[in-house]
Amino acid sequence: MVTPGMPDGVPPTGGATSGAGPGQPEPADPSGPLLRLRGVGKSFGAVHALADVNLDIPAGQVTALVGDNGAGKTTLIKCVAGIWEPSGGQILWNGRPVHIRTPKDATALGIATVYQDLALCDNLDIVQNMMLGHERLSYGLLDEISMEKTARQTLADLAVTTVRSVRQTVGSLSGGQRQSVAVAKAVMLDARLVIMDEPTAALGVSQTELVLSLITRLASRGHAVVMISHNLNDIFRVADRIAVLYLGRLVAQGSASEFDRQSVVDIMTTGASSRRGNGSSGGGESAESRGVTSGLED
Amino acid sequence: MASSERGDPGPEAGAPVTFVKEPEQSDSILADDALVSTAPDLIAGSLGEYTTIWWRRVRSGESGALPVVLGLIAIVAYFQIRSSLFLSAGNLVNLITQAAFIVTFGMAEVFVLLLGEIDLSVGYNAACGATITCWMLAPPNPYPWWVAVLGGLAFSAAYAGVEGIIITWLRLPSFVVTLAGYLGGLGLLLALINLAAPDSGGTIQLNSNTLNDIEGGAMSPVTGWIVMIAAVVLAAVFLVMRDARRRAHKLAAPPISVTVLKIALMAVAGVVVVLIGNTNRGVGFAIVRGVPWVVLVILVLLIAWTTLLSRTRFGRYVYAIGGNAEAARRAGISLKRIRILAFALCGLTAGVSGIIWTSNLSGISNNFNGGQYVLYAVAAAVIGGTSLFGGRGRMLGAVLGGLVVGVIYNGLQLLGLGPAAQNMWTAGVLLAAVTVDAVARRGSTTSTS
Repeated sequence: MVTPGMPDGVPPTGGATSGAGPGQPEPADPSGPLLRLRGVGKSFGAVHALADVNLDIPAGQVTALVGDNGAGKTTLIKCVAGIWEPSGGQILWNGRPVHIRTPKDATALGIATVYQDLALCDNLDIVQNMMLGHERLSYGLLDEISMEKTARQTLADLAVTTVRSVRQTVGSLSGGQRQSVAVAKAVMLDARLVIMDEPTAALGVSQTELVLSLITRLASRGHAVVMISHNLNDIFRVADRIAVLYLGRLVAQGSASEFDRQSVVDIMTTGASSRRGNGSSGGGESAESRGVTSGLED
Repeated sequence: MASSERGDPGPEAGAPVTFVKEPEQSDSILADDALVSTAPDLIAGSLGEYTTIWWRRVRSGESGALPVVLGLIAIVAYFQIRSSLFLSAGNLVNLITQAAFIVTFGMAEVFVLLLGEIDLSVGYNAACGATITCWMLAPPNPYPWWVAVLGGLAFSAAYAGVEGIIITWLRLPSFVVTLAGYLGGLGLLLALINLAAPDSGGTIQLNSNTLNDIEGGAMSPVTGWIVMIAAVVLAAVFLVMRDARRRAHKLAAPPISVTVLKIALMAVAGVVVVLIGNTNRGVGFAIVRGVPWVVLVILVLLIAWTTLLSRTRFGRYVYAIGGNAEAARRAGISLKRIRILAFALCGLTAGVSGIIWTSNLSGISNNFNGGQYVLYAVAAAVIGGTSLFGGRGRMLGAVLGGLVVGVIYNGLQLLGLGPAAQNMWTAGVLLAAVTVDAVARRGSTTSTS
């Protein structure tokens, strides 16, 4: 890591603590990135799906994970989400080495994954979906009032305003609203890192805008966001950082300003680009990307 | 960059998108672009607005009790036109006692249908449980009636619970496992009756006045009024308190007019039932009046199971598994435990049904038609709005659906039509109900799942 102490901005994890809701413990290493992968690899028998991945995920920023089909994007997030255990390497959470063996481990750390299929129950309403598995009881019966208030507050914090009522069934929502509910559910459980798998893949134009603004808002609240996407428009709209995987290797990562569309496509398809000026792969100057971010959002 | 500020949702900082709707007030997530955009919250919703939302729910498949109530009224009107005896007090009370076991069978089936499963064995399972109850009450050394009831119910719950265990642990389709349970139950029924009453020609008597009075006896007219008033007052207090609490927490609550309307409907229904029950239905000089006790049994069961399904974690998980089992699994819900418990509760409720059936005939015989009753059970649940695909349905619907089946059964008997017409009528109503379900479902989701 190049610049541990931020000269100009707020430390990224400092943003996370203020934004991630009450009850968050102070991070052990507030200056480094929230999640750091060091030499992470994953093999399935003789197949090396991932090899020697070094990736930094800072809080308060959107990191886009791109790559062609089979490049290892899904394998990588499944290693972080606890679905698969990495075969090698180290995962550092707030600077501390951690072992994420099960999805529960990931949830306990504050890593929430929103998969493409969203895993929502169409027949339940928004509150019931958001609180599923975490229902609150009073006198042995469901405490609907407390749950509804929490769900409402979370949605309000994320400025999800397009739903008519939190007592609407999820089946009646649009694709973007469903994505919003899935994200709100993840955030409500005090997630500090939200991983989103193809969040805009199935959405129309206006729904995509809804989700992209939600992603930006998540980052501005201090959450770290990892977004897998194939859509370069979306990536350049919201990503602060871009990491490119090619055949199981992380071949480039850095601030979004270091890339342009053509260079990303080149790296995705060939593993290298002649157009990329700043060749610092794996560096990830947070201070720099911070400047870029504000530029993007003007 | 906005990371320095608290995540205050506002149009200024973290939102580069200008044409996505931003909130005027950060707490008004109920604000709506079309319908209620002026209201920051729905606290002061009107009756008209409630009707709009309710209609929206009806159209989105949450049709509630409306179609079945309308259907019930239509069928009742038809039978009354065909036979003026139909709406007589004597026939209506007769109808209630005939329909009671179908109603409880329907409630039993709701537990498993909500999961997207089915239990074909409820009929013979119930008969076996009822036989055990009769056996435990048989002379010379009968157990107390409530011990015998517990014994029968425990058997039925265990029988269905074992089916549930086989279905979840071996991952077999419930259709096949409970089909085996159906055949096995028939065999077990024959064996049990032979064991319990060897020389009776395949019949065992229900040797308990208390249990025979469930169907045969009635509350005194005064008791009927007291029970009805108590039930309506309790329901009214519950509804009003719930709405008041929601308002106190600044959550959207149904308008007072809607709540009043609901309570009034309940009161009217209660008064009608008690008035019918308390009318003298005796033939000749004998005076027979009072609401049958089975009405109270069904009322208690309805309240208990509705509370279980809508106000407890178990109930919420049943709906969640029926809606999207994968989502439920990822939420950390133990699918196996919930499924097995739901099957056991289905069996338990079926056991109640078996005892009601036995009470009606003061005994049970080996020509119990468990096959037909299973179909009545599924028909009652589905007519009452329970989806065969899981995730949707209510206990109240099963009660109304069971009444529909009971009305057809009773009405056609009254018209002197035999089983041929009865079954074809039930088939027609069932088909209509499933069509309503499927059409509602088609219009309900925007997703492709």
